[in-house]
Amino acid sequence: MFGYTFQWNQALARLPKMLDGALVTMEVAMLSMLIGIALAILLTLLRLSGARPLRAIATGWVEIARNTPALFQIYMAHFGVASFGIHFSPFVSLLIGITFNNAGYLAENFRGALKAIPETQTRAGRSLGMSQLQAFRYIILPQMLRISFLPMTNQMVWAVLMTSLGVTVGMNADLYGVTQDLNALTFRTFELFAIAGVLFYAITKIITLGARVIAARLFRY
Amino acid sequence: MFDTALSAADLVFLAKGAGMTILVTAISVAIGTLLGILFGVIRVQLGATLSLPLTFFLDIFRSVPLLIQLVLANAFMGMVLRLQISGFTVACGVLSLYTAAYCAEIVRGGIDAVPATTRRAARSLGMSWMQDMRYIVAPLATRIALPSWIGLALGVMKDSALVYVVQVTELLKSTQILITRLQEPLFLLLICGAFYFLISFPLARFGGYLEKRWSHD
Amino acid sequence: MIKIQNVHKSFGPLKVLKGIDLTVEKGEVVTVIGGSGSGKSTLLTCINGLEPIDTGRILVDGTEVHARTTDLNRLRQNIGIVFQQWNAFPHLTVLENVTLAPRKVLGIGKAEAEAIAEKQLRHVGLGEKLSTFPSRLSGGQQQRMAIARALAMSPDYMLFDEVTSALDPQLVGEVLETLKMLAEEGMTMICVTHEMAFARDVSDRVAYFHKGIMAEIGAPEQIFGDPQHPETRAFLASVR
Repeated sequence: MFGYTFQWNQALARLPKMLDGALVTMEVAMLSMLIGIALAILLTLLRLSGARPLRAIATGWVEIARNTPALFQIYMAHFGVASFGIHFSPFVSLLIGITFNNAGYLAENFRGALKAIPETQTRAGRSLGMSQLQAFRYIILPQMLRISFLPMTNQMVWAVLMTSLGVTVGMNADLYGVTQDLNALTFRTFELFAIAGVLFYAITKIITLGARVIAARLFRY
Repeated sequence: MFDTALSAADLVFLAKGAGMTILVTAISVAIGTLLGILFGVIRVQLGATLSLPLTFFLDIFRSVPLLIQLVLANAFMGMVLRLQISGFTVACGVLSLYTAAYCAEIVRGGIDAVPATTRRAARSLGMSWMQDMRYIVAPLATRIALPSWIGLALGVMKDSALVYVVQVTELLKSTQILITRLQEPLFLLLICGAFYFLISFPLARFGGYLEKRWSHD
Repeated sequence: MIKIQNVHKSFGPLKVLKGIDLTVEKGEVVTVIGGSGSGKSTLLTCINGLEPIDTGRILVDGTEVHARTTDLNRLRQNIGIVFQQWNAFPHLTVLENVTLAPRKVLGIGKAEAEAIAEKQLRHVGLGEKLSTFPSRLSGGQQQRMAIARALAMSPDYMLFDEVTSALDPQLVGEVLETLKMLAEEGMTMICVTHEMAFARDVSDRVAYFHKGIMAEIGAPEQIFGDPQHPETRAFLASVR
């Protein structure tokens, strides 16, 4: 049918290597998500705080993360900071870029979630003698994370997809990087990237299903 | 202020890249939106079970990195089918389907948000399915879907930075070429980032404003 | 003892409290009645420092609530408050709702906090609902949980802000019974309420608020039997 002979075996022989790459991809995504959530919480607190400069920094972060390409953010973390004499490894640059993006989007989600939590919840906590921070930590935060759970799952999927951009700053240990290196060796472009695509698809499905299981166990109310 | 080697010719080069970004985005969003509306309506009409194959197909575009979609489409057209298709066409084709996949979700959400009672009322007045769609569902669903659609269009613009992989020199690629030559990464990246930001930020704000305004009445 | 001295409070141009003087002794139950907008609810949130005041002072056991140096978190541990909207923490079980503050604010261990919480929840009749989430409770049950939550901090004072106003009529009784029980146990209480029968039966003194002023205060028999102020008379006539 095609004037092209598919050589799946040749590509499939490289599957172990690609699976190693998939692990690195998961690792980067997971790390960027954990740090991203922590930073997003911090950004949310800064945006709630009264201090103008702090609010401006947080808002600036959120808007830049949401209004420029993720690839641009990774370039900034790699080539941009090089102007200051800072040289990050591809892994670190990729991680910083994705984390920056995650934190910005999540902070915006968190802000929306906060709007859904009545002000009286904090009041009730304060009335019991809690400090502002305690009321946030024990009453607001858990509810905020629950409301944001679906957006967080989506962002995790995004983080996985964004790892593929690492190749532009020289990352070659992740799934996309490994695939590209193998392609340079074997020229089975279609087969290799098709397999990589299937692996990415599988990873995102594992995340969505995993999130559903976690949600069911975590949120019993 | 800046001591830069950036020449007027370089600025023109960057502007061409920006033009390419806009062009690819405009074509993909236009085609993708039409396809997305079609797919969205089909999904609503067929119901969850019957539209499963379509849902699965569209989901692929949201679950596989865009970079891989582009490389695969390019390899398929060039290596497998041996067609002489430009990178630009591949880029627009893939981005259109990518847009359609997300747009279908938005359209479906918009239609589902039109209350069933409203639609029943329309049909009780003797409107046909087409009339109901056109005069009742479309205006209401558009209102619900427009803010998300603006977000999608801006997302496509940002994601169009990846079409460099099929040899299309859009803004970010142009910037990178200049960085390699001029060795002024920060300055050039800031120009590039500012371009995206200045388009995206006001439109995103506008979308947010619409969402807020329309959610109140 | 809670001592309120010449307290003024306004929200923007709106004067809500115009010189309130009131002293509540240990073990006393004072109910505050009055029309909406009379400032009676605001007074409660001023007492526990949730709202700042413009002038005057409020002393709780000699500590000035609105003094700069006052540790409000500490002060509030001793003043329980229950609101019209019960504000259950939806992500926590009934037991966890009640143990949260004792554990995190007072630093009490888990086992001990649970023992305290269980005792308080049994006290308000929710002993069977410990591991239930608030969303599964009726409004009356949630309100009683909120009372137990405040009591678990072992406060010396309890403030009740129209705690039955948001409840379905058939659920009002169970909450009022709980308040009555607390009053009989000797808890010092200030209750803002619309329940006149409750005010008459339970209070040591009843205060009538009108447009930011405490128009009249006295024993319930006097307020309900022989109101002195014309506004009090008019109000009581209107609610009957």
